[in-house]
Amino acid sequence: MTREQELIAQVQRGQNELFYELVRPYERRVYAAALAILRNEADAEDVAQEAMLKALANIRQFRAEARFSTWLIQITVNEALMRRRRERIGVMEGIDDHRDEDGEYTPRDFADWREIPSEALERKEVRQKLAEALASLDRKYREVFVLRDMEQLNIQETAEALGISVASVKTRLLRARLMLRDLLAGGWEQGWFSRLPFEKGTKPW
Amino acid sequence: MVNQELSCELVWKEISNYIEGDVDASLRAAMDDHFRSCQRCASVLAGTRNVIGLYCDERMIEVPAGFGQRLQRRLNQSVSREKSRKSSWSSWSVWLVPVAALALIAGGLRWANSQTPPHPLLSEHAQPGRNIPPEMLVVVSEGAKEFHRPGCDVIHNKDKVRTLTAKEAIREGYVPCVRCLRKYVQGASAAHDPADGAWITEASTGAEERSSRSR
Repeated sequence: MTREQELIAQVQRGQNELFYELVRPYERRVYAAALAILRNEADAEDVAQEAMLKALANIRQFRAEARFSTWLIQITVNEALMRRRRERIGVMEGIDDHRDEDGEYTPRDFADWREIPSEALERKEVRQKLAEALASLDRKYREVFVLRDMEQLNIQETAEALGISVASVKTRLLRARLMLRDLLAGGWEQGWFSRLPFEKGTKPW
Repeated sequence: MVNQELSCELVWKEISNYIEGDVDASLRAAMDDHFRSCQRCASVLAGTRNVIGLYCDERMIEVPAGFGQRLQRRLNQSVSREKSRKSSWSSWSVWLVPVAALALIAGGLRWANSQTPPHPLLSEHAQPGRNIPPEMLVVVSEGAKEFHRPGCDVIHNKDKVRTLTAKEAIREGYVPCVRCLRKYVQGASAAHDPADGAWITEASTGAEERSSRSR
């Protein structure tokens, strides 16, 4: 039995004070899921907290077959979607467009891809550029990308969490990934990454 | 199966599924071939993989300062509130008893005013009536305990009767006569019902009786 399974069992038996220890490894991901949907830090934090309280209240319904993190993220997404519906957040983003463009997305940048090493994420400006690129995506692409690629839900779980079809998830995911690639490829040209030490072949780490 | 020649467009369309491992073996083989020979598509594949690898990094998630502490505080508040709710159950019950008692008394009084006779049944042995039409005219005689259809054989003191509605008679504690109002007396058997209207002297109450019987 892993520590997580132990904690789940203990909380299920009523040791609620252990709940924070159980969810702590996922608190950042829970926040990111809420933020992807709400795009407002204060709302995202509040929804993240609400989702955790809901998870605690319903912990006995959690079944061991599922991944705990996935369960937590699904509750969060549900809470965030309800909040958005209730407060009509996203009105500024236009009427919900559930259609998926069926025209293929054509990548714009074909230059030899210059790898951005994960070490670059140590730099705040790199993280910021990546976050800006993600934020610039349309909501429907951003949500799917965040749940699948950042939150590590699988395609089926992403579809269930967002209430859309598996086919829609795949279509949107493709676009989101290709669009982000183009945005980041442009970053090289704009010099986002060119001043980074790893480019010079000297490794400061 | 022979690998088909793939267009770049088809490769781009499937590239996300390819990364997911969600393409069948023959398409995968054809795409592998394509990436080896097509620099552009190889660049798209490398870039897409790089993008996924960067964003799935935990460092990409930035939470506001103090997020964890605020979450922990809120969870703790909820946990201790739940605990105090449970532990204060005994002090709650101290209040619950008188509150429940008051509610019972108040409810009981209201119910009594509307439903039950203010007097106890005048006869201990009598059974209360059932489904007696409340507006049915009945008679009672002074000193007696029962109410009757007018003209009932067993009315005592026939010269000192007064007429009232069944509802009023019940409120005053009178019980239905087991002879003339037998069918309304609890436990009465329908087989022993007197013939319709047998003791009835007033046509109006006969109509009432028939309508109540048909219900």
